[in-house]
Amino acid sequence: MEINNNVSVQTSGETAVVYANDYLNKLTGEKIERECRRQLEAGCKTLVVNFAETEIVNSIGVSILLGVIDAASNAGAKIVFSDVNNDTIELFEMLGLTKHVTVS
Amino acid sequence: MAENQQKLIHTFGALAELGSEVSQKQNFQEMMRTSLHLLLGSLAIMRGGIARYSRYGHELNMLVMRGLGDDFPLSLSLCYEDERQFLVNDLYPIEVAQAKVLPFFQIYDQSFEKKRIELLVPLVIRDEIVGVILLGEKANGEAYSGYDKEIICAMARHIGVGIAQRNMMAELERRSDENRKLYDDLRMTYKDTVKAFAAAIDYKDKYTEGHSVRVGKYSEIIAQELGLEESEVEGVAVAGYLHDVGKLTVERNIINAPYRINAKESAELNKHPAVGYEILLPIHHPYTDVPLAAKYHHERLDGRGYPDGLYDKEIPYIAKIVNLADSFDAMTTDRPYKRRRPANEVIEDLQRNAGKQFAPELVTAFCRGMLKEVTGESKDKRFRRLLGREYMEAEGIVPILKNALNGMNATSSLTFVSPD
Ligand SMILES: [Fe+2]
Repeated sequence: MEINNNVSVQTSGETAVVYANDYLNKLTGEKIERECRRQLEAGCKTLVVNFAETEIVNSIGVSILLGVIDAASNAGAKIVFSDVNNDTIELFEMLGLTKHVTVS
Repeated sequence: MAENQQKLIHTFGALAELGSEVSQKQNFQEMMRTSLHLLLGSLAIMRGGIARYSRYGHELNMLVMRGLGDDFPLSLSLCYEDERQFLVNDLYPIEVAQAKVLPFFQIYDQSFEKKRIELLVPLVIRDEIVGVILLGEKANGEAYSGYDKEIICAMARHIGVGIAQRNMMAELERRSDENRKLYDDLRMTYKDTVKAFAAAIDYKDKYTEGHSVRVGKYSEIIAQELGLEESEVEGVAVAGYLHDVGKLTVERNIINAPYRINAKESAELNKHPAVGYEILLPIHHPYTDVPLAAKYHHERLDGRGYPDGLYDKEIPYIAKIVNLADSFDAMTTDRPYKRRRPANEVIEDLQRNAGKQFAPELVTAFCRGMLKEVTGESKDKRFRRLLGREYMEAEGIVPILKNALNGMNATSSLTFVSPD
């Protein structure tokens, strides 16, 4: 596990796992988006965002995740949201985020 | 949880947060960034931006953007009154299809199409356009519903208020800045006028060339030594410059008489404080008491001065300062019938007359200022410039000054008390 600017990341080959933690819901969540973009620029082909430590996602969090989705699609990378709790899965479905990502 | 209920919670949560965001006084750029996140995230809109309208350039300048890429125009010109009116009339989000009639839209059509901009939301506060929000497609690929537009409208109002507030603050800052500059200009003009007056007064009196200017400077030194505020110090200096303005009306041969003038001439000359007061009173000075300083600069603490023979506390403070400065200059410059006196003698004279003619605390302040300069404690060369280096380096001047200061401290409580 690596820590870049307070964001935890794990990389193996062309896969990177970025941990969303609880930063996502504030302006500081932009650093998660920056880290994801950095991984994509470095050649990551499968980007995993891990929500194990994320209890809820608010509008700012959604906006940041949309930025991540946009960046991944521009880079031609696959994106996976992992360890998402049920409430958050419902939210992602309702808002249409699940059309762009695989939720596991 | 029912889907609708969750949607409500999600979007209204964003709306509430946006409201508190805008009402907090904080970094404007951060406020706009947060606002855009909240708006895009509430309805899962893939991309968008907030632009602020500049009334001066008639253009929309992008404040924040998400997902619009580097080649999206940062500034959109709104050249025509029609299109500005079009945006102001429509408080509701405008579908891009409708907006195609706008000339500016035709210019930027390609950029909008490339980034799939679907909605234009004019930000209108009190019938004035303050900005526009551009919104791309929704993440679920569906068209914007009426409900979505209502939400967007409510959020846009908050963002508009945030921009309007910012504009108002900027305008206020600009105005106060302008006011300050204007005030500075006025003050400069006033100071120049004062100096011109002082020069005119001194020109009339050929034996006391530069007297008014020196009295202004000595008065300033005393005020500074007393620790007065900057504006008060300026006021005192001005009073010094103008104290003899009444001499402008006294006949030149009386002022310049190379002998001790007679009683009649003296009566004529002694009118100059009252005349000065009359001259200065109608002028709107940025400082108080300038006319009073002219009127009472020949009064003495012991009541033996003129024109009114006032006692100690009846004499305005500023007049006491000018009186000391005036007397000091009279003793330290050559007069038609009298040579300047040596520094040591002058200091002793000040000390002797403290409590009689002069307010002791003023003599103390004056001597302290002089001592600081003589001993090098202060790097100022105010006295040296006004009196000459040699004069200030007279032998024994330091002990005499110290002695005067000590003596003054011992007697300062014994100020003169009016007999009646
Ligand atoms: Fe005078």
